[in-house]
Amino acid sequence: MTAQELNVVGQSVPRRDGLGHVTGKTVYIDDISFPDTLYLKMVRSPIHHGIIRGIDFSEAEKVPGFVRALTWKDVPKNIYTILCLIGVGPDDEPVLAQDKVLWQGEQIAAILAESEAAATEAADKVRLDLEELPAVFDVEEALKPGAPILKPWGTNYFVYDYEHGQSNAFRKVRYGDVQRGFDQADYIVEERYTTSPIEHAPTETTGCIVRPEPNGRYTVYTNTQALFFSLDNSALILQAPFQNLHFVGGTVGGGFGGKVDVIVEPIAILAAMKTGRPVKYRYTRQEEMRISSTRAAWRLYYKDGVMKDGRIIARQVISYHDAGAYNRHSPYAVTKHAANLSGPYNIPNVHIDAHCVYTNRQPSSAMRGFGVTPASFAVEVQMDRIAELVGMDPWEIRFLNAYRNGDMRPHQKEVEDATLIEVMQAAAEMTGHDLPANLKAMSSWDKEAQHG
Amino acid sequence: MAKKRGTGMAAVNYPTGMNLGGDPSQALIHATTTGNFVISLSSTDLGQGLKTVIAQIGAETLGVPFDTVLVDTADTDTGPHCMGTFASRATHRVGNAVMQAAEEAKKVMMEVAADELEASADDLETDGQGMIRVKGSPDRAVSVIDVALAAHFKYARTISGRGMFMKPKSPVDPDTGKMDPDSTEAHACTVAEVEVDTETGVVTVLSLRSAYEVGRQVNPGLVKGQIVGGAFMGMAHALYETTAPYYPATDYAPTGFSDYVLPGPAELPVIESVVLEYPSANGPYGVKGVGEMTANSPIPAIVNAIYNAVGVRINDLPVTPEKVLRALEAKG
Repeated sequence: MTAQELNVVGQSVPRRDGLGHVTGKTVYIDDISFPDTLYLKMVRSPIHHGIIRGIDFSEAEKVPGFVRALTWKDVPKNIYTILCLIGVGPDDEPVLAQDKVLWQGEQIAAILAESEAAATEAADKVRLDLEELPAVFDVEEALKPGAPILKPWGTNYFVYDYEHGQSNAFRKVRYGDVQRGFDQADYIVEERYTTSPIEHAPTETTGCIVRPEPNGRYTVYTNTQALFFSLDNSALILQAPFQNLHFVGGTVGGGFGGKVDVIVEPIAILAAMKTGRPVKYRYTRQEEMRISSTRAAWRLYYKDGVMKDGRIIARQVISYHDAGAYNRHSPYAVTKHAANLSGPYNIPNVHIDAHCVYTNRQPSSAMRGFGVTPASFAVEVQMDRIAELVGMDPWEIRFLNAYRNGDMRPHQKEVEDATLIEVMQAAAEMTGHDLPANLKAMSSWDKEAQHG
Repeated sequence: MAKKRGTGMAAVNYPTGMNLGGDPSQALIHATTTGNFVISLSSTDLGQGLKTVIAQIGAETLGVPFDTVLVDTADTDTGPHCMGTFASRATHRVGNAVMQAAEEAKKVMMEVAADELEASADDLETDGQGMIRVKGSPDRAVSVIDVALAAHFKYARTISGRGMFMKPKSPVDPDTGKMDPDSTEAHACTVAEVEVDTETGVVTVLSLRSAYEVGRQVNPGLVKGQIVGGAFMGMAHALYETTAPYYPATDYAPTGFSDYVLPGPAELPVIESVVLEYPSANGPYGVKGVGEMTANSPIPAIVNAIYNAVGVRINDLPVTPEKVLRALEAKG
């Protein structure tokens, strides 16, 4: 169907919720309130790694407005992992810490009180008896012998391919013969690239308000990006019948992947179950910065074998994803990452080891670009470096190596829907960069038309 | 000491949909008695405009006016399952589900219209303006409202449809990494212009000019919204943002917007774009996902432009003034 035959697809009709957003009339979690609501605040670990010896609530209980506390003993299935719904495991994260804490900020106990101020004050007055343990913050340090081990299965990395009866310390991609490629190459280009953890920084912080209904169900008003994902995980954690939970969302005040974790809902529902009252658990801005998952830090070691004419004939990448203390969505991000480390280029020999590493950090999880962003950064800076080395224009080297439809990618999927050449031609035209005629004539659908 | 300008480019691909598939979304559609169509979903709108785009796809497939298509979403009691809004998947997955549901509902609508017009359903067409007419005989027409009323009160038929889209889950080969990690691929190329102050190390982005290929734009205005927001987010990632300024050290972690450095309106560069459309084989009307990709190409383009300006290649994000100054010092 051509664009001319379409009626409303392709039209810039005004967004229906736009006026509400810009006039402050859109309903977000903070606009929903019920009488008799309790406020939930967390007692969090002040240390990066340690053993919990004891928790003393006696001073907290004296705070006017204090209602009750919840610990891991109150959570029916306390250890979970979000991606169990798509078969990723094992479970590794406690809803509330049991015997130890793995990161500064980890949830240890939930305090319920009549006001936000009382909940905050009471949470501050909980006394923790903690025995501090050595912590590890660097992905490569975490993999060295002697590093403090964070996981019950005895490693600081996610074990891939257990479903195939294997235990791989990283996600592998093997294509062609990378050593042969290096042997044939005129140049070897080795570089280290790193990216920092960053925050999603949504306008609306993560949160929910749970209302117990007279019929025994619980209505959960939440700004999750994935309602059933949150509902299903919550029911599994609470060992509650699925039909008892009713999730209501709508417009999320900024997601960017930060609201795909399931942190606030299970404990808020549990609190509502235990008290029979509505419960609100919403992150402060500080919690959004320091507690909610970040984009992971990544470290990538690139080694490319390059011919004098600019063709990349071999690539080896060893990359490390800093998951922080727990899985969340990290194991899946590393797999997506591994499929994108060659970029949109046709490289015949590729060898990739992508590690998902645990450290004593604020957990990282999903964020816009999910493992692809660091790959694109490294690939595209590497392309310029190679161009300079062989004395070639940055545009030209990309056209030379660009994948085309019908090429095979390193993860052995044939390229389809490639338009890299076309977007480069369009970008050159819009910026007045005059491409040589042979590059202007190239096409993603023509594997024969050669550069140069 | 000087302010030096440079230009850099970068080109990227971006996969549509959850990495290995297995991420379904469903849609239900029913007509009200007065000819409105309600699309029931459990998908969330992150501010990107999903609710508007989905109504456009529904209206297009049904052949009815956009204003008569209502989206009722984000309630697990009334909306069928959606995996979630992430992985540049929503317009592709939910859009496909809505198309399928709309086709089923339209079939009933046309059958009822055929009965009302005493014509064959195959001879009818919608005009997108609220009328159903006999092809080639514009006088023989009936309104969607009258068809809906007749369906309910005369023929006892429900004008409704069910839609579901899922790319089946694919495994990863443990030895070779062979996998099927995308439904389609969108592409982008960005040219960045920067100015680097060699005295302070501050990098100012002057412009980000990009070409995108997104299969089909359902709503070009909303695509542009993604492009501008994404380019600015990428620029922030390239130059400003970090929750661990001295990673892997944990010191100086920010607590709010006063110490988490983000660019503001004063830092907004010229952002221009062209959008190409090469429809994908499996997206609704050829859609590819655009959401995440728009933040990616600006990052290396800016880093490459800094090199072009002052001859230092920074491999470590974000490229703060401190890193620029240290690199300039090391270069001598």
